[in-house]
Amino acid sequence: MLETFFEEIDMESLVTAINETFYMTIFALLGTFIIGIVLGVLLYLTAKGGLHQQKIIHFIVAAIVNIFRAIPFIILILLLFPFTDLVVGTIRGPTAALPGLILAAAPFYGRLVEIALNEVDKGVVEAAKAMGSSTIRIIFRVLLPESMPALVSGITVTAITLIGYTAMAGVIGAGGLGDYAYFYGFQRRDFNLVFVCTILVVVIVFLFQFIGDFITRKLDKR
Amino acid sequence: MISIEGLTKTFFIKEDAIHAVKDVNLTIAEGEIFGVIGYSGAGKSTFIRLLNRLEEPTSGKVFIGEEEITSLHGKELRKARQNIGMVFQHFNILWSRTVRENISYPLEVNRVPKAERNARVDELIQLVGLTDRADRYPSELSGGQKQRIGIARALANNPKVLLCDEATSALDPETTNSILDLLIEINQRLGLTIIMITHEMQVIRKICNRVAVMEDGQIVEEGDVLSVFSNPQETVTKRFVEQVMENADDESDVDALLSQFTSGKVMRLHFIGEKANEALISNVCRRYNVDISILQGKISQTQKGPYGTLLVHIDGEQEPLEQAITYMMESANGEVVQDA
Repeated sequence: MLETFFEEIDMESLVTAINETFYMTIFALLGTFIIGIVLGVLLYLTAKGGLHQQKIIHFIVAAIVNIFRAIPFIILILLLFPFTDLVVGTIRGPTAALPGLILAAAPFYGRLVEIALNEVDKGVVEAAKAMGSSTIRIIFRVLLPESMPALVSGITVTAITLIGYTAMAGVIGAGGLGDYAYFYGFQRRDFNLVFVCTILVVVIVFLFQFIGDFITRKLDKR
Repeated sequence: MISIEGLTKTFFIKEDAIHAVKDVNLTIAEGEIFGVIGYSGAGKSTFIRLLNRLEEPTSGKVFIGEEEITSLHGKELRKARQNIGMVFQHFNILWSRTVRENISYPLEVNRVPKAERNARVDELIQLVGLTDRADRYPSELSGGQKQRIGIARALANNPKVLLCDEATSALDPETTNSILDLLIEINQRLGLTIIMITHEMQVIRKICNRVAVMEDGQIVEEGDVLSVFSNPQETVTKRFVEQVMENADDESDVDALLSQFTSGKVMRLHFIGEKANEALISNVCRRYNVDISILQGKISQTQKGPYGTLLVHIDGEQEPLEQAITYMMESANGEVVQDA
């Protein structure tokens, strides 16, 4: 039964779709990680009672984060067409999906980073200050290492969301399993294909969750 | 070494001004262990944070050595902080670093080259007695061991001053003692000036040379530990002294004791400083041929010598008895409590 199931599926394009999903998820995750950490650190530092309390900057960053989180992904990716065209040079394909994916996920991750940083013991930050540390050193040598397990479990949660987004990005022809399932499965009434793609997405989600949990456990020396 | 002039910190919460520290003036000599004692909320934690500017003073000046800490900015202040070690109540060490890496942190801040850093860390680990724990993470250590990391870390850049903010308050009595012994050792070996904030009179008694008592943000009493202990002026000071001296003469007990005697006299002897070390009682016994029995008493050891009181019963022939009493009145501030 399983053989007939797969016989009808074009293995080559399925593998391409899987690769595209991984490509989009991993690169979007990298961008999200970096931008999210910048946003989270900015929110943490400029907050009331923070290391560099800055009302205006905090307000602006918080506003940007909230606005991008409020826009539904499917609309965001359409709104970004001109921007994507400018940056990537095309609005089709997995690379063209990256700006939308990153701009949707980074504000979400930024909030998770802010929460993780707030969980770092204030006393430890105070001790670092008392030892003469600069703010840059406190960020890179104290705040980020001390919150690393939370940062990793946060990026894991974000990764799962991103995998979902990559499927939606199929609508603009981004490629990947979502695209494949929709255009080759759903529209051609090939529900076997839809089913296979779904299973594969679930497996990828489990894989990311497993890796994330593993790293978090390894990092946590508390 | 350290001089503090008119140091004041006022917090504003909405419209209310809270005077956490009010016009504190102090001079602390080099190599001294200076204690600041007060109940929680007295402002002592804010006070010690003003010394290295973890809190910004509202007004006043702090000098450490020649340097006016209160006039420094940015980089200068960070540089100055490297010479002021600080030990915290809750240790405040990084859980993500091993013992060795934690102690190495302040050296990294000071940009000490790696080889030199490793050598210094080894030295410090040995000094605080954590040699067999060097590569463990803090979560695998006890409170006392964590505080040893805190102390080693504070000493890493050879500071001139060590600030201890309730450094033993989270530890059990036995561990407290071992940490205090370590601080005394460091003080003597390195000639470090230590400022110790605490709410425990035991800590002051055991390690401090001088003490200041803080209440409502002000220093209400200050002086030699021995003189503050033996002659407390303020109510709050008296309460603290009672903590360690648990009133030596509980009157009902004394009455019960006194009723046993049909002859002789009961005296209360006061020992302050050096005199408590003299063999007063055996001297008196030998010289005057009288019998002395100790009824009750407590002698405490401080850095400036022991002090305390003894309640004794003394009996013998009429004449030597009187001579012995006169002698004890003079040499131990004795007083006759009761004629039997």
